[in-house]
Amino acid sequence: MKGFIFLFIMRSIYYICYSYMATSTFDLYNLMERNNVLLAFKGTVTSELLESVFQIMESKMDDLNDSPATKKKVFNVLVECLQNLYHHIDDFDNENVVVNPAGDKKSAIFSIIRNEDDYNIVTGNFIYPKNVEDVTSKIDYINSLNRDELKAYYKEVLNNGELSEKGGGGLGLIDIAKKSRNKLQYSFREIDEDYSFFTLTVKILK
Amino acid sequence: MEDLKQEGSAKTPVVEFSASGELLLKGRSIPENSIEFYKPLIEWIESYSQSPNSATVLNVQLEYFNTSSSKCILDVFKKLESVSGSEVSVKWYYEEDDEDMLEAGEDYEAIIDLPFEMIEVEEI
Repeated sequence: MKGFIFLFIMRSIYYICYSYMATSTFDLYNLMERNNVLLAFKGTVTSELLESVFQIMESKMDDLNDSPATKKKVFNVLVECLQNLYHHIDDFDNENVVVNPAGDKKSAIFSIIRNEDDYNIVTGNFIYPKNVEDVTSKIDYINSLNRDELKAYYKEVLNNGELSEKGGGGLGLIDIAKKSRNKLQYSFREIDEDYSFFTLTVKILK
Repeated sequence: MEDLKQEGSAKTPVVEFSASGELLLKGRSIPENSIEFYKPLIEWIESYSQSPNSATVLNVQLEYFNTSSSKCILDVFKKLESVSGSEVSVKWYYEEDDEDMLEAGEDYEAIIDLPFEMIEVEEI
């Protein structure tokens, strides 16, 4: 498995990134334990990393007593969420990203949380402030649709959209909402004039 | 014409396209960028359509596919739709608890002008 797996939890991300308080590994461990984190990662998202993460998650879920239908839903949504991160992070590859005090902008974070009644897949990544409005309106639109409307919208984009060079088709978020059968929760945090931080939380009922 | 055969991988499905008209996609299709993977499949159908068998069946037995693949799978169907001189049909397999996979098949059926047969199986 390539790269480092840092065991971070999303709910502590701002704490870890922006606070000067020392966080011990043990604190982190407890935080993750309390929050039912199955797997968490912070770093650069590569194709090889995703392959490993998918394998780890599949074997973890095989060991848990969730129904096959839940496993499928979680895996499907996980693939889309993480590949969204992968495609997005590429955007910064084309530019000379200056590493500022907030760290490497190609870096992202994700975690998979398994509660008693649901799974939560949480992702966080940097985005340009100019794209915040686009992403907001896209998600708000998806969230405004009921299940039948969402299915119709998926079909429409599938049939009319083109794949980008990187293979993204604008279907990812629609598919995530459709398969998770839940509204997408998101937030933005403004870092500076050049970057914002985007957090997406997807809940999948077991 | 030569058959097209590809072994499956962690992110790509088994491909068995036979000049006899039996075509199979089986496993999972979750590459980050599926264009590269599907290009030879579409090209194969293109040459197959020069002298197709009287019947052509595409068997889709996918456990998972991502949205990047969904566009390419649509392109495969569109290519098959354009094959003339052959009765082309699709057999869409889904596992019994997999409502999403059945729905995906129905989506394609609505878009594509080919007969689809939805086949429920215990395990793909």
